[in-house]
Amino acid sequence: MKITGTVIRYGDNVDTDVIIPARYLNTSDHKELAAHCMEDIDATFVGRVKPGDIMVGGNNFGCGSSREHAPIAIKESGIACVVAKSFARIFYRNAINTGLAIVEFDGDIDEGDQLEIDFDKGWIRNLSKNTEGSFPPFPTFLQKIISKGGLFQAMEELA
Amino acid sequence: MKMTMSQKILAAHAGRESVSPGELVMAKLDLVLANDITAPVAINEYRKAGAGCVFDCQKIALVMDHFTPNKDIKAAEQTKKVRDFAAEKGIVNYFDVGTVGIEHALLPERGLVVAGDLVIGADSHTCTYGALGAFSTGVGSTDMAVGMAYGKAWFKVPRAIKFNLRGKLRQWVSGKDVILHIIGKIGVDGALYKSMEFAGPGVAALSMDDRLCICNMAIEAGAKNGIFPVDDKTLQYIADHSQKKPVVFAADDDAEYDEVMDIDLGSIGSTVAFPHLPSNTRTFADMPEVKIDQVVIGSCTNGRLSDLQIAAKILKGHKIHPRVRTIIFPATQKIYLQAMKEGLLEIFVEAGAAVSTPTCGPCLGGHMGILAKGERALATTNRNFVGRMGHPESEVYLASPEVAAASALTGVITDPATL
Repeated sequence: MKITGTVIRYGDNVDTDVIIPARYLNTSDHKELAAHCMEDIDATFVGRVKPGDIMVGGNNFGCGSSREHAPIAIKESGIACVVAKSFARIFYRNAINTGLAIVEFDGDIDEGDQLEIDFDKGWIRNLSKNTEGSFPPFPTFLQKIISKGGLFQAMEELA
Repeated sequence: MKMTMSQKILAAHAGRESVSPGELVMAKLDLVLANDITAPVAINEYRKAGAGCVFDCQKIALVMDHFTPNKDIKAAEQTKKVRDFAAEKGIVNYFDVGTVGIEHALLPERGLVVAGDLVIGADSHTCTYGALGAFSTGVGSTDMAVGMAYGKAWFKVPRAIKFNLRGKLRQWVSGKDVILHIIGKIGVDGALYKSMEFAGPGVAALSMDDRLCICNMAIEAGAKNGIFPVDDKTLQYIADHSQKKPVVFAADDDAEYDEVMDIDLGSIGSTVAFPHLPSNTRTFADMPEVKIDQVVIGSCTNGRLSDLQIAAKILKGHKIHPRVRTIIFPATQKIYLQAMKEGLLEIFVEAGAAVSTPTCGPCLGGHMGILAKGERALATTNRNFVGRMGHPESEVYLASPEVAAASALTGVITDPATL
């Protein structure tokens, strides 16, 4: 699978409280959650995000609470993939389990850059900067979860 | 064998002689936990997958603690969804208003977790139970839903950092200062994907409440779990609270750690995490004057009986500063009752504090103590991210119950040793 999208960029330690503030966790409705995505660090996000955009973060993206509402809100907002230098471990699991594409990659990426990502071959091309780099593919075990469309679907084989 | 304590518990539950760091294993679970925020999402997934019976109706805990007593209609609908599911599946350990406590104080108190257990919870502070010598870690709702159906979860075997504790804590210093001190040193991703294994002669001097508080905040350093060795204090605690038989695992002498850090408990002073990261710590040697509007004493980090006892010792016979709204949350009904019997609640009310039923509400800006724009709270909770307790332009400072009680009296962040 290959995607191309425009970058919306944030810094290090983007926590789940800013991805989806707890005051909105009284619902599990995906659309309601997406309506408040990133609200506390970027009130403009919901108004400007377009389907297929790529969210880029620094170290420890998704730190904090275990709320699966965080990857759900990002995915539902239209973001096609999150690229970060590193992910907090619960967010990493939740993204895989909910089908939000994530890539661990450390490169020179700015707000508004156009990125092309090839998930099968494991490379990222920054079309705006004319640079490219590679990232390691997911282990087979996790690829099985992704290809089956979620953990529940994969459990018949994995358990 | 060269295994850490955490690796040994994982190996035993994966039916393996040994495991190596980085390996992915499927392991059997002793307990699966969710709350009123994460369980509804898990139940949606459970139903969508068409799963039938739960794997074991004794080994699931559903704790309605975050937005309860229900803060609004939506919250009421969420708890109703969980209540109906628990009744339908015959889940024994369902806790609601009247019996509920904050999950990570409640489960050890009810004896639902003992040494050697493997526990997942759809709440990041599930790492608390490492204090009992269990491997416990936070996951999301889908992992939790699969756990309810299969009694299993996948784990990447973690590497570890060893914290070699020695010495004894000074007066007015407690477990909260130890973990804030450590997070201040290693950062909010200092233990990312790893186990934080505590060891050394200093362990014996730490109370169970201190150990629970320390493991509770392992996640704030990015850790997968925090864990303490099992000693006489642990076994006594388990005997006092549980019918379950503990299984004691110990790290191999030649276990491999990425790093070993020596911590002299006696050198740690009262520590405060400034906004907006738990790693942004300062001690009173280096503290500007910070005026506060609210003090919160409670939560899964510091709402236990010893936390209330020390706060009461400081507040007794004094009046809280008129500017400071002080809210005290005993973490469970049992703690509430004991605090009542010991006269602690009377001391709090006399001092001018509000005493609340157990709830996670204020810690995550849910309800029961939300901050306005520009306001500052000093809280014994575990996170001070942007907007954590209310308005995105409010601020949260994290500290021990000792610092919180002292600061409630003066209206500025105060070293309890100076009172």
